[in-house]
This record gives sequence, C-alpha cells and structure tokens, in this order.
Amino acid sequence: MKLIWTIALQELRMQFDSLMAYILLILFLGFSGIFTWLYGSDIFIYGQASLQVFFSIAYITLFLLIPALTMKSIAEEVRTGTIEMLMTKPITCWQIVTGKYLAIILLIIIALALTLPYYISVSSLGNIDHGAVICGYIGLILMSSAYVGIGLFASSLTNNQIISFLLAFLISIFFHIIFNIVGHQFGGILGQLAIGLSMDTHFESIARGVIDSKDIIYFASLTFAGIFLAEKSIESKIA
Amino acid sequence: MDIIIKNLTKTYGSQRAVDNLSFEVKTGEILGFLGPNGAGKTTTMKAIAGYIKLTEGEIKIGRYSVESESDKTKRLIGYLPEHNPLYNDMHVVDYLRYMAQLQRLRTDKINDRIYEMVNVCGLEGEKHKRISELSKGYRQRVGLAQALIHDPQVLILDEPTTGLDPNQIIEIRELIRKIGHEKTIILSSHILAEVEATCDRILIINKGHIVADGTADQLRKATSGCECLKVTIEDADRNQAVKILQNIDSIELVDTVKDKPNSLEIQSKVGESSRRAIFQTCVENGWALTELTPIETKLEDIFRELTK
Repeated sequence: MKLIWTIALQELRMQFDSLMAYILLILFLGFSGIFTWLYGSDIFIYGQASLQVFFSIAYITLFLLIPALTMKSIAEEVRTGTIEMLMTKPITCWQIVTGKYLAIILLIIIALALTLPYYISVSSLGNIDHGAVICGYIGLILMSSAYVGIGLFASSLTNNQIISFLLAFLISIFFHIIFNIVGHQFGGILGQLAIGLSMDTHFESIARGVIDSKDIIYFASLTFAGIFLAEKSIESKIA
Repeated sequence: MDIIIKNLTKTYGSQRAVDNLSFEVKTGEILGFLGPNGAGKTTTMKAIAGYIKLTEGEIKIGRYSVESESDKTKRLIGYLPEHNPLYNDMHVVDYLRYMAQLQRLRTDKINDRIYEMVNVCGLEGEKHKRISELSKGYRQRVGLAQALIHDPQVLILDEPTTGLDPNQIIEIRELIRKIGHEKTIILSSHILAEVEATCDRILIINKGHIVADGTADQLRKATSGCECLKVTIEDADRNQAVKILQNIDSIELVDTVKDKPNSLEIQSKVGESSRRAIFQTCVENGWALTELTPIETKLEDIFRELTK
C-alpha cells in the first residue's frame, strides 16, 4: 500500500511539475465556470437552486480532459525506458498502475473540490437539494474513474503520447456518445445492451440522486478492466 | 551473495538471444562481461535484474530464485540499465529519494543514504539540479547512485562507463573496485582495458554462448599457448641471423619485422622458452643483443579471435 502511495505521489508531482495539472485545472474551472454561470443555458435561466447545469457541463469537460491527463502516465515511462527502473524495483506492475490511477483520481478530486464555491453560492440563493449535489459529485468521480481506467489502458498500448491520447478518446467516445445513440436507434437485446453500456444511463441515474448498486458495479468494472488490461499490456511488453 | 545462472535461455521469436548459458559468480568477485553487440550481454543482465521473463533455465541470487522470489531478489540487486533511463524533470535528490522509497528503505534512513550516495558518487555540486541539466557523466553517476542507494549485495552494471571522459572512467572504476570487496558485481563493457583493470574474472560470450571464462592471464595463456619474443640484434647480417636462429631447437619460427631491419619476431615451440638460447647464440656470433621482450597477447586480440 505504501508503494502505491509512493508511485501516486510521484505521478502527482510530475503532473504539477510539467504544468499539465495547472493547465487542466484552469481549463476545467474556466470551462465549467463560464457555462455554469455566464453563457448559454446557465444556472440563472433555470431559476432553480440546483447544480444540474454544472454537473452536465463537468460531465462533458472531464470526458474531454481525462485522456490528456492519462496519455503520459505509462506511454512516457515506456518511451524513456524508466519503466525498466520501476520494474527492477521490488514493486509489482499492479502497484505501479494502481498508483498512477490513484494520482489522476486525486487530481480530479482536487479539481472538483475547487468547484465547491459554486455549491456554496448556489445554496445561498435558495433551497438546494443537498443529497442531489453530493450524488452529482459522486457520479462525476465514478465516471472519471472509469475514464481514467480506459486512459491508462490506452497509455499502456503505445509509447507515443498523441496516439495514447487519441486512443483513449476513441474508446471513451463509445461509452460517452456512441452506445447511447446506437441503443436508442435499435431496439431489442442489442439496443438494451448498448444502453446498458452507455455512461449516460448510469451517470444520469446517480445525478438524479439515486445510487444504485448496478451503477456502482458498472463504473467499478470499467475501472478495474482498464487497470487490469494496462497491467497485462505492460507485462506483455516486457516478456 | 552468489549469483547462480543455470541453463539460461531467452528467445525472441525464433531468435535465441541467450542459449543455454550457465555460470556462477562468487561473493566479492567482480565479473567482466564481454561480447560483441547482440551477443546477449544485456539480455542476461536484464534477466538477472528480473526485468524479462526467462524462456528456460533458472537464476538464483543466494538461495532466492529470481523468478519465484523476485520481491526478495530485487531488494538485493542494484541495477544500472544500459541506457541509464532517468526522469529528466526531477531533481537529483528527489530522484534518489524516490528510488530509495521504491526500495522500501526506512524513512529515517533515507536522508542519510542520499547524503552518502551524493558523497560517494561525487554529486555534491549537482544535487539540487534537474537531471535534464546534467552532463552525460553526471547522469551516469546519478544512475550509479540510484543502483547503490539501498546498499545492495549484488550489483548489475550494464556499461557503466559509456559517455564518461577518461578521468571519470578512472573515478568510476576506483569506486567499483572500492565497493567491490564485499559485493558481487557483474559489469559489461566495450572497453577491454577497463574490464582488465577492474574485473577479477572475464566472461566472453558470443551469439548467446560462453566462449571464454577466466582471469585476463588465463585467457592469454589459453589462446596464445606459446612464447613470443621481440628481438633486436645489431652488428649482424639479417639473413644470416635468421638462418642461424632458425636452427635453434626450441624455436618454431623466426619472422622479420617490416621497416625495422634489426628486429625479429621469434615464436618458440609450445611449452618451451628460447630466451637463453638466443642470448647464447648472440654471444657466440659476436652480435649485440639490444632488445629481448616478450610480446603479450592483447585482450583485444583474444576478443577478436574468440568472437569472429
């Protein structure tokens, strides 16, 4: 456990040292801030003390930004050869990948924590449903977790950051948009399956304030699949 | 801690990088690992460090198996990989701390060890720099410091002196000699003089097989086998001298040397020495013998001979 933490702290330090973390925090806060408060169908148009607008904006923003956070994680270690340094230390591949996962999740939690002033402002405007807000945040973290898993897997497949980014994006877009569209176009079992695989289905039910074990299992299994496949992919590179 | 390698085989596709390699390295021994590019040196070292899976065979560090007890063996090994990969964005001290943490050093000991490594490896002036700002020589020292940080029993150094200037090479060589007394060290190199100066034992491999194993002297004896002398005789007619010397029983061959009319190269028969006989002949004929030196086979020649 201590080793996972060591890897996570290192990864987090790298994200901040390379300015990546700052750029992404600014992008996330700027983007979600503008659309929540100033532009388009913002919070004032609804006329309700609710953070629904923010959650749907953050839902898209995180989907776009997470591949940029994960693209470097493993690809860069393989490209520069530092993976050899790590793998010849008394640490398992699983610990390395989990540590990196933890670091990026922490960074996202930091980003979400910085939006707490939104919550405080809105709750002072009227009667806010606290449960829905908490569920919304949990939903965002769970959905991020799934995308980080996918991103890490993409990063383990190549040693080129750009390809890693695009690959993560490509896989994520299926869960984010395509399965949803396909599911609604086609009926039957396949349609049901596609809807079941869509991120939308599960995020919406949590964001409405219902935390169902079905949704938790969905996000958790995507996360574990990502980490597991990333681990296997690194191991196969070495052999 | 002994290193025992038994029937190590590693294949990449249909290519055998290492083929049924077996050897042992005893505690306190410094083994020089030689071979042409692609001979399987790096593969063997990676296998010992636990970075690659073996196709066949077994590697043991002391009584621990590299495959089934890799957690234990990795803590015993300090490893410097071939191209010395480092995190360029990190500062030297932070990097060493990270490596120490990964080796699970006790937190209260880490700072002392970093301080010690900075001293031993001569990184005092560079310790607060970013690794990307360091010259190649200092990067190499950081790599070495990283390998030594947990005071390992076994050191695997893949070409530790590439990219260093002659002064640094000597410093690193002395450092390896100094720490080599109580540790088991395997180092590979392209510079033969370096291996000869640093190592107790030399192992030459070619195409995945061992082709020579022993001290530099043993290798010389094994390959040359007979005495070779360089002789300079003045006041003598060259052709006559060659004829007379050729008649000595213990001499196999007399050769003239290009551009040097007075010099001859003389090879004795196997197991015999002809130094005394040459001297006697010179005295008898009234020639002045001004040089009589044994020609040592260079390690380069042995290497080329064995890895052709």
